[in-house]
Amino acid sequence: MIWDWEFVWAEALPPLLKVVHITVLATLYGFAIAALLGLLLALLRRAPVRVVSWPVVGFIEYVRSTPLLIQIYIVYFGLLPALDLDPTPFFAGVLALGIHFSTYTSEVYRAGIESVPRGQWEAATALNFRLTQKMVRIILPQAIPPVIPALGNYLVAMFKETPLLAAIGVLELLLTAKNTGSYTFRYIEPFTIVGVFFLIMSIVASLGILRLEDWLKRRRPG
Amino acid sequence: MVGARPASRAGRRTMHPRPGAPSGRERTIERMREDVSLLVFARELLLAAPVTIEITLGAAVLAFAMSILFGLARLSPIWLVRALARIYVEFFRGSSALVQLFWLFYVLPHFGILLEPITVGIVGLGLNAGAYGAEIVRGAIIAVDRGQYEAATALNFSRSRTMLRIILPQALVAMMPPFGNLFIELLKGTALVSLITITDITFRAAQLNVFTLQSMEIFSVAINVYLVLALAIIFFMRSMERRLGRGLGRVGGMS
Repeated sequence: MIWDWEFVWAEALPPLLKVVHITVLATLYGFAIAALLGLLLALLRRAPVRVVSWPVVGFIEYVRSTPLLIQIYIVYFGLLPALDLDPTPFFAGVLALGIHFSTYTSEVYRAGIESVPRGQWEAATALNFRLTQKMVRIILPQAIPPVIPALGNYLVAMFKETPLLAAIGVLELLLTAKNTGSYTFRYIEPFTIVGVFFLIMSIVASLGILRLEDWLKRRRPG
Repeated sequence: MVGARPASRAGRRTMHPRPGAPSGRERTIERMREDVSLLVFARELLLAAPVTIEITLGAAVLAFAMSILFGLARLSPIWLVRALARIYVEFFRGSSALVQLFWLFYVLPHFGILLEPITVGIVGLGLNAGAYGAEIVRGAIIAVDRGQYEAATALNFSRSRTMLRIILPQALVAMMPPFGNLFIELLKGTALVSLITITDITFRAAQLNVFTLQSMEIFSVAINVYLVLALAIIFFMRSMERRLGRGLGRVGGMS
């Protein structure tokens, strides 16, 4: 007897259903941070003064090439306590996820901004737009829509990293499955359910992104 | 898995609330803090670095092999081979890496398969990265100019010979930059093995954190050790790219 459906319905599934919203919320909040902070980083990176742009580039590369797990530990055990905050693991985890993925989304925004035709910049300058106006009213409305699918891919990627929050004790899907396993001595069902859940969610999300991409392509003139 | 609670300043102050006893323990901790320097942390973490390096290298070799195998399989003329490769790629890319590691670590023993934790780490991370790598290989092969295939056919090369002598050597150069990124992701991913009891850099850092509570110092040292390893990978991949590009008359051109 390897797979026990009765065990699934009675013991493995109910606790997972109770925490599925934690995983989803961590993804959504984390992505909100990543989307906003990423845009900020992308804009700061373009700053004409090197004192601003170089540290930003350094930060992006640094965060991108080091492990998310260590960053979660730094935020939870080091950064937030140093700011005299007593963080909940959830808050610390979401913040770390958001910061980590903001370095990826900033590259996406950068590609979007750079693909806006030069003429648009020149026209905005000719019309005497200030820098902020130029960005907010002319450049970003053209730069962001085409990169939404790419941002979506990072939403999915971030979703798949949320199990790392288990390491600081956030009771999300993986830790819940592990707990079920450790007091029932059955790991097969809980872990398989969690894996299948991630699989289904990311396949559905990827298909959604593909459709979004098509829709955006059709919407664009030419 | 759950380490210590973070020692917020307020928390530390109220750790021993008994009045009249400003606690010898607190003073000892204070003294330990002065003794234990960043250099000691660095030494301790560097002692764990070989484990991280071993897993990274092992998983990278496995991932590269899987990438080539399944990247080619994705382009196979046989329907079944393509479908199997597609399933491998979607499966390992779609379910989370940490979930896969936990599954291999906790579930496989139920089937009577007992692996060393370190083997679980290498196999799990290697299979996961291989799924991403297969897409890199596929993309790089597709990107080779069609004329190269036609020329090989015109010269009466067999299919396998075309692939081995003409297409792959060119595709390999194009693969190097994305593989460099993949190997860095892999190195970052090795931190996950600390959660399946392997004493890598992250495991040691978490352990030291519980002992000393000097979280900021320990994890800062740890993250910089990873940064140095990442830089080593970047350096290595650059030199590979240059070597493989030699003789193709396009060093720095393609990619």
